[in-house]
Amino acid sequence: MARLQLRNLEKDYGSFRAVHGINLDVEDGEFMVLVGPSGCAKSTTLRMIAGLERITGGEIRIGGELVNEKPPGDRGISMVFQNYALYPHMKVRKNLSFSMRLKRRPAEEIEKATEHVSGLLEINPLLDRLPKQLSGGQAQRVAVGRALIKKPQVFLFDEPLSNLDAKLRASMRVRITDLHKRLKAEGQQATVVYVTHDQTEAMTMGDRICVMKDGHIMQVADPVTLYNRPSNTFVAGFIGSPEMNFLDGELKGQTHVKAADQTVALGDEFARRLSAETSGEVTLGIRPQHLRIAEAETPGTLKGKVNHIEFMGHEVYLYVDVGPRRLIAVVPSAAYDRAALRDDWVWLSPDSKGVHLFDRQTGENISLAI
Amino acid sequence: MTEHVLSHDASTVGEIAGVRAREQRRHKASIALRYFLLAAVGLLMLYPLIWLIGASFKTNSEIFANPGFWPENPTLDGYIKGWQTSTPYSFGTFFLNTLWIVIPKVIGTAISCTAVAYGFARFDFPFKKVLFASLIATLLLPNVVTRIPQYLLFRDLGWLDSFLPLWVPSAFAGDAFFVFMLVQFLRAIPRDMEEAARVDGATTWQTLIFIVVPLLMPALISVCLFQFMWTMNDFLGPLIYISSVDKYPVSLALKLSIDTTEAFEWNRVLAMSVLALTPALAVFFLAQKYFIDGISSGGIKG
Repeated sequence: MARLQLRNLEKDYGSFRAVHGINLDVEDGEFMVLVGPSGCAKSTTLRMIAGLERITGGEIRIGGELVNEKPPGDRGISMVFQNYALYPHMKVRKNLSFSMRLKRRPAEEIEKATEHVSGLLEINPLLDRLPKQLSGGQAQRVAVGRALIKKPQVFLFDEPLSNLDAKLRASMRVRITDLHKRLKAEGQQATVVYVTHDQTEAMTMGDRICVMKDGHIMQVADPVTLYNRPSNTFVAGFIGSPEMNFLDGELKGQTHVKAADQTVALGDEFARRLSAETSGEVTLGIRPQHLRIAEAETPGTLKGKVNHIEFMGHEVYLYVDVGPRRLIAVVPSAAYDRAALRDDWVWLSPDSKGVHLFDRQTGENISLAI
Repeated sequence: MTEHVLSHDASTVGEIAGVRAREQRRHKASIALRYFLLAAVGLLMLYPLIWLIGASFKTNSEIFANPGFWPENPTLDGYIKGWQTSTPYSFGTFFLNTLWIVIPKVIGTAISCTAVAYGFARFDFPFKKVLFASLIATLLLPNVVTRIPQYLLFRDLGWLDSFLPLWVPSAFAGDAFFVFMLVQFLRAIPRDMEEAARVDGATTWQTLIFIVVPLLMPALISVCLFQFMWTMNDFLGPLIYISSVDKYPVSLALKLSIDTTEAFEWNRVLAMSVLALTPALAVFFLAQKYFIDGISSGGIKG
């Protein structure tokens, strides 16, 4: 079994603590994405799992076995690097088979494995080329192939798509998730840890996502939970595009929030979601997709002035100034029909299902009771 | 109105053509001047070498009588007699001795400097900074200063009149300049390839041999070339440590032909000098491409 367990994993660089004792379990065959802004130690964590970085404290277990002191080659992992890291002086064929040649496997076995892997990734015509003769996408596939041929217990990906253009990135995303499913179907061990700073990649590829910040894990959950039930302001702001709107306010009678000198009604239903000890000072979080537009004044809505409009095709982004704060509302372009133009007054009413309340001090989500 | 505009245009076109032709002429003239100057200065620099080659075919009396480089009565006498020397050994022996010094020294340098540079560029160990600083400090130390202590050391080891004092320091990365050069080159190469190799299961030495050395090749070729040429030309080292004539390299043998003959046979000395130059020149021109690569580029392209 290829279960990966991190226990109180720590990493210090001199006096600076980069990773603060994180705990994470990646189940056998799971596709786990580590996501976070740059400097959140996601790559460091991955490199510690790989054995390229010494750990300061804690435990790493792969398949139940403690691998803290094992060299990278003996951990049963393989890794795909951001800039591919193909060996520039070897042809693709030799690049793929390097690990097997080091282990002195018989020639036929190497030949067979190379054929199999290059078939999977459709790189057969490239086998006799040098890395410098490959395009970015081809080089990336060779790098994946080199990881695949080892039949590792755990695959590690370190921002593998960030050097590709947007279109290629989208197709590689599908290719990698497909490959993962296929390996699982073939009965191969295919636990994946995938590092990215791109939340779209995280949401589309991961079985579960681990959101990190400053060497701490903020939340580990599947994409749907992460989007619908973010456990704090950081996760709420990081996941979803455009970013969630935040308004500092005061909770009144469990159903209304006073923010930006206006009162927002959250509905009676909402009160049940609040944890009992909810205090007055809160941060209101509303996804841009959950703001509805009214063109006439209605009680319990937020009045604001349209400052800027972005037409995205099937939807329109409205930048609305509510008091000193600017909110973004995403509305379907068909329904909206350019009714509100720049400098018009609009009334924004939040869909209570998409509203979250966060404790202003701790940033914890306090509206997750049900 | 229209006519006026047209005629105006035509005159402008003519003017432009004139200006362009003038500029082209000026450009050609400046190129001609530039190449003439370069050729003249180049010739001036090369003249001693050209004279040397010419003079090696002259008779002894003509060398001083005829200042031009073209021999009036070309003769191979200098080469034939020079090769035989006045000692029991021919220049063949001396060339073999030179090779016997150069080749082990170049191989030893390549291996030891690569290993040491790899260590300094890629690993952390206690006192690394101090050690590297002292390595660089030896670069600034004049060679002459260490000659006497080194001589005493090798004498006590009983290595005098053998090639060991010439080989051994290089086999232990004694040439700080080469280590420095390789370290700088290595620092410019991203570590990812080495990390990928480690993930692929390579040991430190396997990574060095299969990944680092091929990446380092341009710099390594430069190192070998430098060492080859410097050792070929080294006079002081062999002079100090080697005393029997049968172990003399070419550099000492040339001096020998000046010492032992009463009237200097200059044409022999010059002929043998020409022969002594050839290996270094040949190797340089053969490996010129790599040589330039190695000293000019700091690393590899991404």
